[in-house]
This record gives sequence, C-alpha cells and structure tokens, in this order.
Amino acid sequence: MTNHMVDLKNTDVALIMGSNMAENHPIGMKWLGEGRRVRGTKIIHVDPRYTRTSVVADLYCPMRSGTDIAFLGGMVNYIIQNKLYHEEYVKAYTNATFLVADGFEFEDGLFSGYDTAKRSYNNSTWDYQYEEDGTTIKKDPTMSHPRCAFQLMAKHYLRYDIDSVVKICGTPKNKYLEVLKLYTSTGAPNKVGNIMYAMGITQHTVGSQNVKSFANVQMLLGNMGRPGGGINALRGENNVQGATDMALLFDWFPGYISHPTNANKDLLTFIKGVTPGSGKVPAAKGATTMAEWRAAVAAGIPNCNFRINMSKWIVSTLKAWWGDAATEENQFAYHYMPKRDAAKNYSHMSMFEAMYKGELDGLFVMGSNPVVGGPNANKEQAALTKLKWLVSCDLWLNETAEFWTYRAWERPHGGSAHVETFAPKDIQTEVFFLPACAVYEKEGTAAQTGRWVQYRWKGADEVGKSKSDLWIIDQLAKKIKELYKDSPREEDKPITQLTWGYGHGEEPEPINVGYEVSGYFVADKKPIAGGFANLKDDGSTACGVWIYCGQMGLNPDGSWLYKPMKRDNKDNSKAGLGLYSNWGWCWPVNRRIIYNRCSIKPDGITPWEGDADRVLIHWDPAVVSDPTKPEVVGAWVGDDVCDCTKTAPPEKAVPFLMRPEGYGCFFAAGASFKDGPFPEHYEPWESPVKNLMNSQPVNPATKIWEPDKLGASADYPYIGTTYRVVEHWQTGALTRTLPWLAELMPNMFVEISEELGAIKDIRNGDKVIVSTSRGDIEAVACVTKRIKPFIVNGEQYHMVGAIWQYGFKGYATGDPANRLTPHVGDANTMIPEYKAWLCNIRRA
Amino acid sequence: MARLKTNLYDSSKCTACRGCFSACKDSNQLPAVFDHSYFGGPGNGTYDSKDGDTDANTYMMIRFNETEDPVDGVRWNFLKWQCMHCMDPECAKVCPKSAYTKLDWGATFHDEDKCIGCQYCVYACPFGIPKYRKRTDTITKCTLCYERVAEGLTPACARTCPTGAIKFGNRDELLEEARARVKYLRANGFPRATIYGETELGSGTNKLYILTDTPDKFGLPVKPQVEGNTIFWQNWVQPYAGWLIPLALGGSAISFVTSRLVANKNGGHAEGGHE
Repeated sequence: MTNHMVDLKNTDVALIMGSNMAENHPIGMKWLGEGRRVRGTKIIHVDPRYTRTSVVADLYCPMRSGTDIAFLGGMVNYIIQNKLYHEEYVKAYTNATFLVADGFEFEDGLFSGYDTAKRSYNNSTWDYQYEEDGTTIKKDPTMSHPRCAFQLMAKHYLRYDIDSVVKICGTPKNKYLEVLKLYTSTGAPNKVGNIMYAMGITQHTVGSQNVKSFANVQMLLGNMGRPGGGINALRGENNVQGATDMALLFDWFPGYISHPTNANKDLLTFIKGVTPGSGKVPAAKGATTMAEWRAAVAAGIPNCNFRINMSKWIVSTLKAWWGDAATEENQFAYHYMPKRDAAKNYSHMSMFEAMYKGELDGLFVMGSNPVVGGPNANKEQAALTKLKWLVSCDLWLNETAEFWTYRAWERPHGGSAHVETFAPKDIQTEVFFLPACAVYEKEGTAAQTGRWVQYRWKGADEVGKSKSDLWIIDQLAKKIKELYKDSPREEDKPITQLTWGYGHGEEPEPINVGYEVSGYFVADKKPIAGGFANLKDDGSTACGVWIYCGQMGLNPDGSWLYKPMKRDNKDNSKAGLGLYSNWGWCWPVNRRIIYNRCSIKPDGITPWEGDADRVLIHWDPAVVSDPTKPEVVGAWVGDDVCDCTKTAPPEKAVPFLMRPEGYGCFFAAGASFKDGPFPEHYEPWESPVKNLMNSQPVNPATKIWEPDKLGASADYPYIGTTYRVVEHWQTGALTRTLPWLAELMPNMFVEISEELGAIKDIRNGDKVIVSTSRGDIEAVACVTKRIKPFIVNGEQYHMVGAIWQYGFKGYATGDPANRLTPHVGDANTMIPEYKAWLCNIRRA
Repeated sequence: MARLKTNLYDSSKCTACRGCFSACKDSNQLPAVFDHSYFGGPGNGTYDSKDGDTDANTYMMIRFNETEDPVDGVRWNFLKWQCMHCMDPECAKVCPKSAYTKLDWGATFHDEDKCIGCQYCVYACPFGIPKYRKRTDTITKCTLCYERVAEGLTPACARTCPTGAIKFGNRDELLEEARARVKYLRANGFPRATIYGETELGSGTNKLYILTDTPDKFGLPVKPQVEGNTIFWQNWVQPYAGWLIPLALGGSAISFVTSRLVANKNGGHAEGGHE
C-alpha cells in the first residue's frame, strides 16, 4: 500500500477492483465505513461477480475476468479526451512531459524489440530522448510534442473507446459510464480517489500491467501521494508484506533489490547492475575498486536518484550476514552469497515443474499448502511424489503433509481429463512433520498491508510440543552450522562464517532479529537509530534490510527502543488524518504515506485548491532542520516524514525518489516491465473470445509451460475463476479444522448463474463435475442471481466461480479447485493465472 | 422500570462476515452441527446455513436474502436473525410453567430449569424463534447475553462486530440514532429504508433494525401477528385460569345436581333403586 488502512477514511471515492474486500479484509473495510460516515465517501466495486463487497458499495459494475486493462485503458482514454486530468499535478510530478526515444514503436499488440522465438522483448528502445550530454532528458512542458509520454499514451489508448471497452469487458454501457463519471470526478484538485485491489488484479498473465494501469489512472487524476489516495494492495495475508520486504521471493535481495545472478561475478558488477544510470557515467562504469565507486557516487550519477545509495545497502546487508568475515578485501563476502542462474526461473510454478522432472531432492514447506493452493494442483501433487523428502511445518497435518495417503488421490468418477494417481506404496517420498504453533502462541512482528510493523505479544501457550517458526529455523541453522563447524573447505565458509545468534540457549528472541534487521554500527554495536541515511559501504555498518533501518531506536538511557512495540493511540496529524505515527513503526523511516511530496503544490507552500486539510508536508524556507549544520536553511516539515530530500528546495525535491527519473512514470522506461512500457489488453491464456484490440492471443512475453494443456473453447466453453469466502482462510488448513467456522461453509461449492443452470439443467444443491484440461472436481452447485452471463461482442458467455479453499482434511471438505487452474502466469512476477481459464460443467 | 437496553442492527453496515454467528456460539458454548445438505433447498442459491433458520444449537445467524428487480438489479440483503425480545412476549403468555420472564432492562429471559419442553412457545412466537432441544428436553433461544449484560459487558455479537453494524445500548438513544440513519439512507440511495422493531406487534420489540428496504425483502413479516388460538389462550384462558378451576368444579357440581333432578323428575329413581 502506498497509503495505509486508517487512511481509507480520507478518500472521496474508493474504487475496489479485483478485490472482495468486505469478505477478505473485513477489518480494513471499517475504515471505508468511517469515510462514509465522516465525509460521504462513495464506494465503487468492479468485479466479475456480485459479492458481499458489492452489497456495501454505492455502485457495482460487472466486468469479465481478465479484462482489467481494457476497462482501465478506457478510463485513461476518457480522462484524456475529456480533459479531466489534474493538469498541474501531471506536468509537475510525472514523466508526461518527457520525450520518448524515436525507436520506440507499438504496432498490433507488440512493442518494439520483440523476439518471437524467445517470447521476450529487447527493451533498448524503451527509453527517453536525451540532450547533447547524453543524460539530461528532453522535455516538452506543454505536453503537446507527439513524442512526449503524454501524447504517446493518449495515442495508445485512443483505441480504447467506450464501445470497444464494453464489448471486450461484457460490462453494461450505462454502468461503465457511471463508473467513469464517478471515479474521474477525483481529477478535481480538491478531490482524492483511492484504488484498492487484491488477487483479482495480480493473478493474471497481465497482473503487473493491471497494476500499472492503476498507476496511470491515479497519476492522471492526481491521486498519488495524497491522503485518501494511492494504490493500495490489500495483502492476502497479514505479514505477506513482511515476507516480501524480507525477500521471500526468488528474485529479490532484501529490501526490493534485484537478486544477483551468475552474471554478476563480483560485488561491483552486482552493484553497477542495480544502480540505474551508472552505465552512462564513465567513472562509475569503469570503477574497479570500491574506492573508485565511492568517488564516482560522490561525483554524482544522473538519472539514478536515491538508488545511488545501493552499494551502502548491499554492503551493510552482507556485513550483517557474514560479520567480521566480510571485509573490503574479500568484497564483503559477496562470493558467499548464492547466485541464481540468469537463464532460470525459480518461482513457484517453475519450481514445481522442475520437481516434476525430478530435479529436486527435497522440499521444506512452511505456512504453505500447495496441494490445495498451488495452480495445476494435480500436477503439483504428482511432483511431490518425485521428491526424496518433504518437511511440512504446520499447525495441522494438512493436505500437503498427507499428499501420499489413499484419500489424497481420490478423484471424481467420470472426469474427462487424464490425471496421474498414485497409491501410497508407490510413493517413496519420506515425509517429516514439524508441529508449528499458531500466531497467538508466539511473539514477533508482522508487517501489515499498510507497511506498519507491529509487535505482537504471546497470547496463549503453545499446544503440546509445537514450536514457533523462529525456533524451528534457529534450530535448523544451528544444527547445520554444527555439522560443518570443523570443515576446512572454502566452499563451506558461507555456512561456517555465517553470523548466527539471536538468543540465549535454546530460545531465540525476536527482538534480536529485529535489531539485526534494523542495523547497527559495527564498532560499538549500537543501533542505527537515525535510519538508512547513516548506512555506509565501507563495512562500518551492518543492516539486514535497509528499508527497515531505524526501526530499532535508543531510549535516553541508552537501552533499545523497539519501535514496532510502540502503542501510542494518538493521532498526531492536526487535521485528523489518522496517521498515528507513534503506533508501531512503518517502513521507510516511519513515513505513513509515500510520495507525500505530491500532497502539496509544486511550490511546496500552497495547498491544492480547496484541500488544505490533506497537506502532509510543506516547505518551510526559514527553518534549520539540523542544528549541526546551521548554514542549511529551509526544510520540509509537517505531520508525516517527507518523501523527498529534507533540505532540497521545492524545485529540486523530486516526488518519486526511487524512480531513476525521480518522477511518476506513465511511460515505464527500460527494464521496469518485461511486457511493455504501456499496459495493453491481451486475453487470458484460455479465453472464449478473440482479442478485439490486437491480433496477439495472449501476453506475448508470458512463459507457457504446457502448450498442450491449452483448453479449447469448443471443449471448455465457460470462463472459470477462483476466489475465497470470509469463513475460510487461505487453503483452509486453519479454518476447516475449526468446527464453528467449518459449520458456516461446510462444503466445496461452485457458483453459476441461473441462466447457465437452466442451460445445463443444474439446480441448486446438485452435485456437479467441473472439468478443465488439467483435471476434474466434484462440487455442490450454488445457482445464484449474483452471477450473470457476460455479453462479449454480442455473444453471451458464462462464468463458473469456484471456491479454492477446500481439500480432503478437516471438517469442511471438498475437491481443491486448483486441480483446474493452469500453469501459466504473469510475465514479470510469475504469479499464477488463477482468475481466468476455461472449463466445462455438468451434473455429476 | 430500568432504562431499556437493546441491540441495534444496521443492515446497511453489515458485510455478513458472520463473526457474530461464531461469537454467539463461543459465548453460549454451542456445538457446531454439520449440515452437508448445504445449498440444499430450491431457491436457496445463497450462503444461508441451516436453511436460514435458528435451531437448538444456533441462537442467532445472518440470513442472506437475494432479491432482484428491474430498477435496483440484484440486491443481497443480510439480516441478523434471532429472538426479537418482544416488549409483550407471546412466549411468556403461553408458557404453562412461567419459564419466561421479561427482565426489567428488556431481555426476554427463558429459564431452562423451569422449562418442561412443552413447546407451546414454539407455536405461539410470531417469529418462530424458540427451538426445541431434544437432548435437554428444553427450549432454547437467544438470551441477549443477559449474564454478560449483568456484568456490565455487551452481548457477544455486538462486541465482535467489526463494521459497527451491531450496537448495544439504551433503547431510546439507539432509536434516535436509527431515525437519523434511516433519514440519511432515504436521501442516499435507499428510499424505502425503514426502522423495524419500534412498533411491530403494537408495543415493539427489544431488538431494533435499520433496514435498507421493506421488511419483506429481508424475509421479515411486514406485519407480524399473533396466532388466533394464542390470543384466546393468552387473553382468556390464562388470565382466568384461577377462576376456571372453581368454575369447572362448580359446573360439575351443578351438572351432578341437575342430572339428579332430571333423573328424579323422570322417575328414574324408583327404577334404579340403589338405595
């Protein structure tokens, strides 16, 4: 989230798209209710089905699953054609005025640089035009030059007129117009709109570009960096935010730095690769030692912005991991770090594909249940049989822990797809089970969706011999280190020299992990209370995750002040914006709303017309922010921590610090995306209709593992999608075993419209078989008015909605819906396409 | 009489998360009963459990009413469903053992120790709420968490509600709040919004509702009525039960005498002759 949960109350219009917020974020929903009560917030819900969120929305608008870019592209076109954009904001804070390189082209769904054989782009033409110096980007402040990002975007979306959009999306035209009118009203300087999304947006072959479309809309309307605005990802699970912050993703180094590959042979190559703009500065490009690099950084790197500090963050992390063994002479132990193969992908689907081929020996599953939650679950379950060992760490013996039992291989009779099944005697995988304790039975922090890190104290003692995840990992690391402790071999040094020690005796203490994550000065081991501005790349600082730097402060008496433990329930904002800056701590540097430079006019002094209450920071030309530097006069002050250089005057304080250009990007230059600088509509991999926007059948940059499993609409005529219900939690391991919750939703069910029910002679409560080319499931049919057929390009198309939270364990049971979903995903993130595929349905 | 305390349920704020449902089961320690004929009945293409009615192990639930009309399109109306704690409760009137009492703060309290499981109340209740529990041979229903209220706590459902749809407080204040809310809703897209429970059954109920549409769209009786034979029982039989016994005894005495007289008059005496 760019903003945070409490901030939802500051919005004028909330657009919930691809999220069933009321069901899956019931507590967050109350802040929208507060907005309604206090300022008459209007809520729009755009979704393929009428849900409990639609009930509380002021406006519900149906849309066929997988057509978000068409829907939002139409909105971009509507805003531009009707001049509804916030012009001053767009000109000052975005790259709308930047001129784009002449080589950049777009034709029939393909951007310049496409390689058909590799299904990937060479992005060298996705760049700006530069002045003679090669680094200053050419701009047209009037936004009228045909090659400026704004005009290119206007041209790109001209094709997305209202009639074309409703033809693609199957949205009733009057509803679409209502949405356009209501949401674009936030383009007025005194109005702010907020977009909330979840897996309905991301779990597509165009998931990243769906989010990019939000960014385009929000920047046009001037809604980024302002209270009540922003693009707000509603995380599917508390602390998913924390998990990604800590780089529990295959391609990230902690703090959202691209993880090194085998092409990054040494530390400097790695640092150069992740420091934008360094390739154009000879001193930086040619640096062969850290000293030379530091000199180049001190001299400045254009088009790099805050990422110029990359080396400081990386070296501090290496220092935290390998301590005294990380020195400048040995490149801070960079060679100890595992590198990924640049040609390989290690995402969930790739990993299971590799496992299926027998390339993996073992698997450690913590807080995950792929037999229920993984896409193409039949194949993923079969892949588990190829393992030598599997460790499952969970509260219950879930479906993954028991994938080898007879029950796990029961499949509905009369299915059409061929599915591999196994008997326990044929499975050689040795399964270990580690009982884990529940969230209330352990201590530690969790980062919620608004980036707030909050400490949670233990509420109950653990059951039996169950242990916390931290204890389990701590033991594992200690045992591994014990095994290697006498090894003289060079290749074992990453293990033998790894720093480890988070507690006394057997019990690790979460606060010690928090201390290392936050960072400390190597010399005196004192926490770096001042935040990441103090990090150095000379080995004098150690910091686990740079964005968390400063979460450990110091009390006046010198003792640790662990800020996530703070519980000051007082709103520090003068206008009642609900910042609660002393409740917990939030990254980065306790900045509650990021890009908040945009909450005030470019001059830094005048509020946006009629919106003085929502100013977060302003420029005070007279203040001296640092008493040790009295010569520096003028600073950004206000209720929130400024998201720009504190002492940079307004004309130099760029609003999007982490972007190389420093500005919000309509045109996403360079390697921002693998599938193009502008979002373009492509149909899902399996779709019943042809792409009406261009002749590309599917996102051209998406990897397709199983081309033979592409379901044809002749065999599988209905659009399938999956979702959750409020009564169950994720794969249901936690809730289907609790009687009171299992009672509320006791059966696996699929939802279909009354129209489809009539066609297939399916009545409410009938048992049905749903089939795809990957598998079949049996479920109870729920025939409902809440699902309606879509009229796409004049033809009627039906949808089958399946709850994906069931499995064969617990009280509430049923076939996992993911036995139907395909192994295909987003071109950038590899998130699986759970939300749009083709299926057939019939009575069992 | 103490100031009346009640629950106010605002259907416009409810998201049907059913936290109240589980909190009620937790607070009353009621077992889960699995009904695998879920989505069973025709027309029940919605998320109702237990066929949309309370039972011996379920004192309250959220009901899901799907409606559709050409103007509003599809609407999914949620309703919190439990004992209405009527101001003038029929159950108390028909109970032969006086197991029901109206507490001075407004709850209709049912004493399971006095209950003999005769189920008169089941048939008398205009909302069909009391349910017979076989294993204890008693009637069960929502208690308005009278034990929690006695301790100064709010009922379990109100305490758990994340959206503020369920409130607990003084009835007069909540009624004021409800009136203002209905006024707001009528001006903001719900022209038929209404209060339910203020005047229903004449004296009202001690559960108040803010409905976004007419009561029938929520599966509530628009004009709840008391059964005819209940009226006879409650208005005539029960109040005069004390008179009826001597009356009946007197009646049989008269009958005895008169039949004797008639018999004597007919001269049966001579024929019978048991004397």
